[in-house]
Amino acid sequence: MKVLVPVKRVVDANVKVRVKADGTGVDLSNVKMAMNPFCEIAVEEAVRLKEAGTASEVVVVSIGPQAAQETLRTALAMGADRGILVKTDATVEPLAVAKILKAVVAAEGPQIVLLGKQAIDDDANQTGQMLAALLGWSQGTFAFKLVKEGDTLTVTREIDGGLQTVKLKLPAVITTDLRINTPRYASLPNIMKAKKKPIDEKTPADYGVDVAPRLAVLKVSEPAKRKGGVKVDSVAALVDKLKNEAGVI
Amino acid sequence: MRALVIAEHTNSALKDATAKAVSAAQKLGGEVDVLIAGEAARPAAEEAAKLSGVAKVLLAEAPSLARQLAEPMAALVVSLAGPYDALVAPATTNGKNVMPRVAALLDVMQISDVVSVDGPDTFTRPIYAGNAMMQVRSGDAKKVLTVRTASFQAAGAGGSAAIESVPAAADPGLSEFVSEQLAKSDRPELTSAKIVISGGRAMASKENFAIIEKVADKLGAAVGASRAAVDAGYAPNDWQVGQTGKVVAPELYIAVGISGAIQHLAGMKDSKVIVAINKDEEAPIFQIADYGLVADLFQAVPELEQELAKLGK
Repeated sequence: MKVLVPVKRVVDANVKVRVKADGTGVDLSNVKMAMNPFCEIAVEEAVRLKEAGTASEVVVVSIGPQAAQETLRTALAMGADRGILVKTDATVEPLAVAKILKAVVAAEGPQIVLLGKQAIDDDANQTGQMLAALLGWSQGTFAFKLVKEGDTLTVTREIDGGLQTVKLKLPAVITTDLRINTPRYASLPNIMKAKKKPIDEKTPADYGVDVAPRLAVLKVSEPAKRKGGVKVDSVAALVDKLKNEAGVI
Repeated sequence: MRALVIAEHTNSALKDATAKAVSAAQKLGGEVDVLIAGEAARPAAEEAAKLSGVAKVLLAEAPSLARQLAEPMAALVVSLAGPYDALVAPATTNGKNVMPRVAALLDVMQISDVVSVDGPDTFTRPIYAGNAMMQVRSGDAKKVLTVRTASFQAAGAGGSAAIESVPAAADPGLSEFVSEQLAKSDRPELTSAKIVISGGRAMASKENFAIIEKVADKLGAAVGASRAAVDAGYAPNDWQVGQTGKVVAPELYIAVGISGAIQHLAGMKDSKVIVAINKDEEAPIFQIADYGLVADLFQAVPELEQELAKLGK
């Protein structure tokens, strides 16, 4: 069984981004980039499926600029077998990403597509669900635990208020939440080995997908700033402020 | 302009998130209908009919809709989408699960986590964990939106909409509900509580959260947690406040032993009053707190409980 894992190159999770003065976006020049943390979790889960003998091959795909190749190399160093780079310098919205991935699925024939539940740049949380829709597949979003039995996949999902378990018909699209695993650090020998693993290069046009955006970005601005307030020196003073100054208790 | 709000409910009752999504949908400037999809869900439909400004409630009932799984839900919403210009759901785990599936089936680019409706086709949403706000205009014929409930007032009572039964779409038969483990609590829901008290990694154990829970019960507050506390196993998953957890905007947010990573701030910085209790006076949380107390939480939190008791709480 083949598993396909789409991965995204994003701003490193520890970087606090700045909005450009002209309001056209955020400043990404000279900013540290990394694999989206949720994608790392998806790669880890796929590699574990392979290590458990459930999956036979893990293919990773990234849609982005040439530099997204580094993100694919990271995934290959974690244990994925080969990569596909769908090269574009355009900003590709989740709907167009899902259309490209649908075409990649048609070419590769995976039984499971494993993705992160959201990317920490656009915070859209859409791609997996959209891909499942376009393929007509079942979807297990915000996955906390996966168990494959025959041609079904039992998925425990993180939902408001607790956990929900569903049984999905394969093939399926799964999006990973934070607690399904802790991604490994690639070892140096595996990083070296990853350099020799194959990466195919494609373009959105190869898959016949129009990536023209549907949303026009009118303005990107700083959020309303919050000012720090005062320090109080005791719990009694705090309670007094909350009651008599803020009036919230 | 006509909008359909996909309701969040438990079949027997409507959730507060629905009333907030209705108020966001009203800002589009047209008629607002509400869809209740479930099983034996008439009580929820009757509550929705009483929301102010709702024109009509559509009630779809079928066993396959009982748990609102994404596959049958999306099929239903798409079957009803024809006359509507906008499909709106609260950005709950349900809304986030179902709506992108709907959007893709309609070939629409969804707009997630809308915090402001600036016009019938123009919306503002946070990106980069709320460190930037992006205003977008949708060129799609239909708009598919999820709305951040913390950013909209709940629609009031006083409506008397008609309830119209609609057929459930055929179940695609791809998924099946197995079980649910829901936390049982008498406390208010995190996303609609007026007061939230959250603990961070400094709580140091699951048992220690009891001191926070005691304060919560005195204040009628919900309990939250930072990702670090959840990852460490001190608090359950659904308590997580932050970029990838819940977004809250209560009247009062008390952060206990939370340093204030940007991912946590993304989930609570729109609270009206923020209190930080932390022994590290350099903790970034103090930069956004209205009231900061530099103290050991294991002394300060029990003392807070006693002070509240003195107030008769």
